[in-house]
Amino acid sequence: MQDYSGVWILAEQRHGTVQTISYELLTRGRALADTLGVPLAAVILGPTDDAGLDELIRRGADRVIIADAPELAEFLPEPYTRTMAHLVKTHQPEIIIAGATSSGRTLMPLLAITCHAGLTADCTGLDIEDETGNLLQTRPAIGGNIMATIKSPAHRPQMATVRPKSTRPAPADPARTGALIRETIDPELLKSRVKRLGFTPADADAANIQEAEVVVAGGRGLKKGDNFGLINALAALLGGAVGASRDAVDRGWIGYPHQVGLSGKTVSPKLYLCAGVSGSIQHLAGIKTSENIIAVNSNPEAQIFQVANYGIVGDLFEVLPLLIDKIKAKQAATAATV
Amino acid sequence: MNIIIPIKQVPETSNVKMDPETGTMIREGLVSIINPLDLFAIELGIVLQEEAGGSTTVLSMGPPKAAEALREAMAMGCTDGILLSDRKFAGSDTWATSYALAQAIRKNGDFDLVICGERATDGDTGQVGPGIAAWLDLPVATYVSRLVENRPGSLVVERLVEDGYETLEVEKPCVLTVVKEAAYPRLPTLRGKQRARKTELPVWGAVDIDADPAALGLKGSPTRVVKINTPKVTRSGDIRTAGDPAELEAAVDDLVAYLEKIDLV
Repeated sequence: MQDYSGVWILAEQRHGTVQTISYELLTRGRALADTLGVPLAAVILGPTDDAGLDELIRRGADRVIIADAPELAEFLPEPYTRTMAHLVKTHQPEIIIAGATSSGRTLMPLLAITCHAGLTADCTGLDIEDETGNLLQTRPAIGGNIMATIKSPAHRPQMATVRPKSTRPAPADPARTGALIRETIDPELLKSRVKRLGFTPADADAANIQEAEVVVAGGRGLKKGDNFGLINALAALLGGAVGASRDAVDRGWIGYPHQVGLSGKTVSPKLYLCAGVSGSIQHLAGIKTSENIIAVNSNPEAQIFQVANYGIVGDLFEVLPLLIDKIKAKQAATAATV
Repeated sequence: MNIIIPIKQVPETSNVKMDPETGTMIREGLVSIINPLDLFAIELGIVLQEEAGGSTTVLSMGPPKAAEALREAMAMGCTDGILLSDRKFAGSDTWATSYALAQAIRKNGDFDLVICGERATDGDTGQVGPGIAAWLDLPVATYVSRLVENRPGSLVVERLVEDGYETLEVEKPCVLTVVKEAAYPRLPTLRGKQRARKTELPVWGAVDIDADPAALGLKGSPTRVVKINTPKVTRSGDIRTAGDPAELEAAVDDLVAYLEKIDLV
């Protein structure tokens, strides 16, 4: 076990472009590597733009390990798992952190079984235990009712996934330098029994919900699907994306890609404005890193008010139309004076 | 087509209590249900079996009480059930759980497809489905939102990812984990309940699945729970009441002012 050393983050690329989650992971990884006094490596699979690889170093990686076989351009479980298992065997990192993304949450459990390693999903906190140097992994469980801290004392590497948007991306330091290690992967490892036949983009709004600066969300209080029109209108005015509580999605009022919360997407926008959302623990766990939370709900006891910076206890069918009118008036006035 | 559907019995409410000593859940006194996200896997399995024939076997690891969940899935239409129950399984993390489930699937014989829910609502890891695929060395597609086509040697599925849907062809036998878009779960029928009551439900222990004892339960689990906290998320917000038109007007004006302050209007 003592042969395992160093911290890895699993960076992600889409069409050769390094994804933001990679920089968030560098924030986490840098802190752990500094505490342990070991190097931090970013591992990236698939052909990636050189600028992106440099950016990984500028944002905190001491080295970048890249396996740029074209077979790894898109995430496929088997080639990714075999390649990572090969790299783990070769380099023996003590810690691997990946994003809790559709690919990270698939690859990491496959890899954990293959490497006989402990894996903790959806961590919100990562730390190093003082005496042992073990990775302490804190995560919400039981629908966010509890936070459990977990470690894997007798297995290496120690593996964890981290929710996107639960950390800020590491800032770039143009003066940083590091090594680039290109790995050649045996073609046998790149075979796949899963073939990617095509891709259908989601409607842009649902796709952007995790990236959006503003998210306007509706819940059961909307009473019927058509009333999402109010949410859509307000989101359009504020240049935001549309979110929904699990209740609203379960009722079929809006698609699952819009669902916010532990069983949907975690968001961390500048503004999260929701109406008719009571604020289940699961929902709150998905929005708590938002900078500003504004809630409209008819029930003064609704849990959402416990996390709101500003709240209105009232009828959303009165509040939202008035709010929309007033924002329009304000925007018109601003436009007139420019 | 023979389909295996691993399911989990979970507590119904989110108001569960934890044992501070062991860091495990106190299950006594809780109403237990089928993990809601497993219902989509069960439904998809039943639909496939109705079209293609064969069997749908629900499989659950848990205390003897988990038989209820299996009977309910059989009342919905699954043809068979297997309960994995043994004290040796107690305290299993996702590594040890997926090992035991994979051993049971092997033991049960030929199959074409394993369908899992996306995750269980209590543990919330989503790791057991891919874990089973790893143990069985099978191809896997996670977050499957639609079954497009059941071909002779493969399945074509859509997979929900961050910015859209991938279309994948997956060789059989394979493992799918499905999201809620994949199916509309049916309710159990009276006839189904009667049939489920009459169907034999084998209970298998560690010996029955030829499991390596060192890989089971807490002993076989790489992860350890160190401690449990109850999180608090509170902000001291400005909460207004809009009970009458004047209050409404003032509250909305201040809301617009708040948006202005953060440069959004």
